[in-house]
Parts: sequence; structure tokens; C-alpha cells
Amino acid sequence: MSNECLAELSGVSKRYGSVVALDGMDLQVRPGELLSVLGPNGAGKSTAISLMLGLQQPDKGEARLLGQSPLTLEARRGVGVMMQDVALSPELRVHEQIELVASYYPDPLSPDDAMAMTHTTALGKRPYGKLSGGQKRQVQFAMAVVGRPRLMFLDEPTVGLDLSSREAMWAMLRELVHAGVSIVLTTHYLEEAEWLADRVVVLAKGRVIAAGTVSEIRAVVGHKRIACSTSLSPELIASWPSVQSVSLERGRLQIVAGDAEIVVKRLAVEDSDFRDLEVHRAGLAEAFTELIQEPAQVLIHESTQEVAS
Amino acid sequence: MSATTFAVENTLLRTATMSSLRLRGAYLTETKFECLRALRAPAFAIPFLLLPLVLYVLFGVFLAGSMSKGDPTISKIMFVNWSIFGIMGPGMFGFGMFVATERGQGLLTLKRALPMPPAAYLLSKIAMAVLFSAMVMVTLVVAALALGHPGFTAGQYAGVSLLAILGSAPFCAIGLFIGTLASAKSAPAFANLAYLPFMHLGGLFYPLPKSVQPIEFLSPAFYLDKLALRVIGAPSLDQLAMGETGPSSHVTPVLAVAVLAGVTLLFTALSIRRLARVG
Repeated sequence: MSNECLAELSGVSKRYGSVVALDGMDLQVRPGELLSVLGPNGAGKSTAISLMLGLQQPDKGEARLLGQSPLTLEARRGVGVMMQDVALSPELRVHEQIELVASYYPDPLSPDDAMAMTHTTALGKRPYGKLSGGQKRQVQFAMAVVGRPRLMFLDEPTVGLDLSSREAMWAMLRELVHAGVSIVLTTHYLEEAEWLADRVVVLAKGRVIAAGTVSEIRAVVGHKRIACSTSLSPELIASWPSVQSVSLERGRLQIVAGDAEIVVKRLAVEDSDFRDLEVHRAGLAEAFTELIQEPAQVLIHESTQEVAS
Repeated sequence: MSATTFAVENTLLRTATMSSLRLRGAYLTETKFECLRALRAPAFAIPFLLLPLVLYVLFGVFLAGSMSKGDPTISKIMFVNWSIFGIMGPGMFGFGMFVATERGQGLLTLKRALPMPPAAYLLSKIAMAVLFSAMVMVTLVVAALALGHPGFTAGQYAGVSLLAILGSAPFCAIGLFIGTLASAKSAPAFANLAYLPFMHLGGLFYPLPKSVQPIEFLSPAFYLDKLALRVIGAPSLDQLAMGETGPSSHVTPVLAVAVLAGVTLLFTALSIRRLARVG
């Protein structure tokens, strides 16, 4: 097995009738990373994951899972999965659901251990059908973990979770990655990707339009935002070099600037009384919005990305 | 348990091959939970376990008993026919409804992504249908012994029961095919669309009029009934109405077994092909 990638799509295309879902996509999941796959609806996220799991076959190109065809049981025995919109048998109890999934793996955790890890022990004896939406997600997480996978595919894992459960799941995901598990996370919560991901790929129209660390992706947005209270007029500041726009919001100036440092230095010189300074670089959400507005253009190439042979 | 423990264990060299013991365990666990959840689903378990018993006692024991004027042939035929009726439901609806629901609600997709042994899905459902058929047969045999007195030998009870349980195979296969085509909501309707004509064309409840007899052969229940009646040496209701007293000479055991096996294989193959293509 190749040590480079746990899961890989090489030049994969997939059509549904006249709709192109994936268009020559290359995607790699590396050992011990949490890779977040982002993209607007219809970008090809679900199709890409389905192909890596062997649920669908590529029209062109190749999908590999743990160095093998995703169709082999051996490959899938190293994988844990949490899908969206799955209704498990409502009649089975939580520990029974977990025991059932554990039986598929060669060397699983005990269901009790999986429930303890995922804070679902208290739910063990309850019928699955009686759980709340958030509790069902937690149980599905336990089912993804119980096989002691090397690679996990998690599709919107925290939808419906309350704040404390979500933070607990985030902490568990970080611990799993720390323990050497690779995780592919698809999410609509950009803060989730920002907080958790080692690497982000952004898909649009069936292609990877950007890939890199969170800070590399954030750097797509070149400007920074400066907020402060000052006696200087917005018109004056707008005339300074590097300033792109100035607006007054609730008594504070909001300045968008290419080079925040130059602007802050000049502020300090021209108004020694300026207060409440805050400088923000663009968040992942802002970068994401900017990226998907120009989907045809490949905006970032990872320097470390290897060409699949 | 923490992720740290997970890490230590995770770094041990692990193999992706399953010991045959664990593989057998996977099949058994799947079967256990498939049976458990069917038994716990009241909308499935209550009608398919109780209905054959209630209808057999009502029609096969009391009504037929009052009409037979001491001739045991009718009560023998009734036991066999209600047995066939009893095993049709769990197979057709168990497969039809459960497969359609699991397809529609993503469970089948999840199981395909998980390393479930591929045959476990169908085998566990077959085991569930066999369990329900066996439970139906136990209740019918107990009711027959207590109330119906058809005068069978132990061997005949065992023969009819075994044949009825094995004979659920074509109904499971047809149910499976419906499950692969229909949505969760429409599956019961489609299953009924096959179940009711099969039941009536099988000649299980009354002698069919001559005009309908040419299409009896369309129902698998017709062949299973002929086969089971042979075990007890009785004619079908149709034959009885025409004054015959022995098993059918038109439908030989070989023909009946061939048709039932053929239906089973055909619909299983069609279903597997469709599941592989569409999911």
C-alpha cells in the first residue's frame, strides 16, 4: 500500500446524464490529516466521497481507498463512515446498532468503549427511534469510530448538535487526528473547517479550485479589515495609499486595506488619540465566498501537492 | 476510554483480514438484529404472526368444521392452505417493505460503505423470513392439535411445516424484487398487488371457477399448495369440487419444485442486478 495517500481520486470524471458532477478531479487524503472538503451545493462533494467509498464508479479516472479498489472489503475495513440523512432501524437499541457495526470489522473497539468515547453511554439502552436528532448524530459518530478505522469520512457530523455536544465532538476529532487517524470532513459550517482542518479543498463545478492549509486559503483574500475610532474624516483616510474602502459603522470607522500595517502606522501619526483598534485578516468564510465566485480559475496550487503517478 | 488509548491500539499492526470466526460472527450478528428488529416492529410482527392463526382458527377450524360433516379431508386441506397463506406474508412484506425502506432512507447505502459482508444483508433477511414462517407454523400446528384435529401423523406435520418454510423462498424473492423497485411508501401497496392475486389464484380459500383456472399457474402459491397437499395425500379445493379425492396428477412434484425454484432464482437475480446498478 502506498504510504502517501489513504484515499485518492486521480483524474476522476463522473456524469449524471448531461450533468457533469466531477470533471477530472484529483484529490488526496494524506496520513494523519483532517481534510475538510468545502464547496457550494452541487459542487461535487458527495459524489467525490461516494467514489472514494466505492458507492459509485468513476466514468473516467481511478479511485483508490487504502491503496486498493474501494470495492474490496479489505479496503473498507479500514474506514469509518458517518453519512447524512441515514435512518437506522428505529427498533434497535443504541448499543445494538453499535454492536452490529462493530461486527463488520476485524479488530473493533468494544461497543462500551465506543460509547464512552463519544459520550453516548447514557443512551445505550434506548431505542434509536426515540432519540433526538443530535443524539442520533452522536450515535452515528460512535458507529463510525467503533471499527478503529484508519480513515474516517464524516458528512456534516455536527448538524443538530447543541453547543456542548458539538465542542465535545470537535475535541474528539482533534484527538483522533492526533492519534493518527485521517479524517475527511464535509461541512457547511466554515467555522468548523476553520477550527479543525489541517487542510482544506474547495470544490466548485466538479473541480478542485483551491487546496491548502486554512491560512493559505484565507490568504486568497488579500486585504485586511481595520476598525477604530478616530477624529480623522473617512474621506481623508480613503485618499491614503493601500486603502480600498472606508465606511462608518456605529461610530467606528471600518477600513479595508491591502497593507494594514502602513495604514495603522499613519493613523498613529496623524491621530495620536485613535482608539479601539482591531485588525482582522479575512476568515475562511470570506475566502470561500471569494473563491466560489470565480470557480473557473484555479486560484491556489499547493506547493507540496504531488502529481499522482 | 480516550483517544489516547485509541492511538496506542491504532498504531499496532492491524490486519484487514477477518478470522473466519469473526466473519461468522458478522453474519450471526446481522441475523440476530434483523430478527430482533422485525419482532419489535408491531406493524410487521402482529399481523404476520397473528393473522394466519386467527384466520385458520376462524375459517379452517370452525367454519370448515361445521361444513365438512365429519369428513376430515376439508380440515386437512384447510391446515395446509392456511399454512401457505401464513408463510407468504413475512417473505413478501418482510423483504418488500424493509428493503424499500432501507433503500429509501440511506441505510442500504451506509451498509454498502461499511465493510458488511455482502451476502449478510440478504441472508439475514432470509433468516428473518424463515424465523417468522417457523413461528407461524408452530402456532398453526398447536392450534390444529388443540382445535382442528386434522388427524395428521407427526411426520405429516413436520413435512408440511418444512415445505411451507422452504416454500417461502419464492415469496421472499418476489418481495425483494418489489423492495428494489418501490419506494418505502409504495412498497406495501405493490406487495399487496402481488400478494392478494397470488393468494386467491393459488386456490387457497375456495375452489376457483373453471373460467379462472387457466391462470392459476401464475401464482407460486398454486404450486406450493399442490406440493404440500401431496405430503398429506389430499386433493386441492378445485379438485375436491370436481369430485377428485387424491393429489393432482397434472402438477407433478418435479414441475412444482422447478417452478418455485425458477421463480426464486429469477427474481433474486433481477433484484441483485438492480441493487448493484441502482442501489
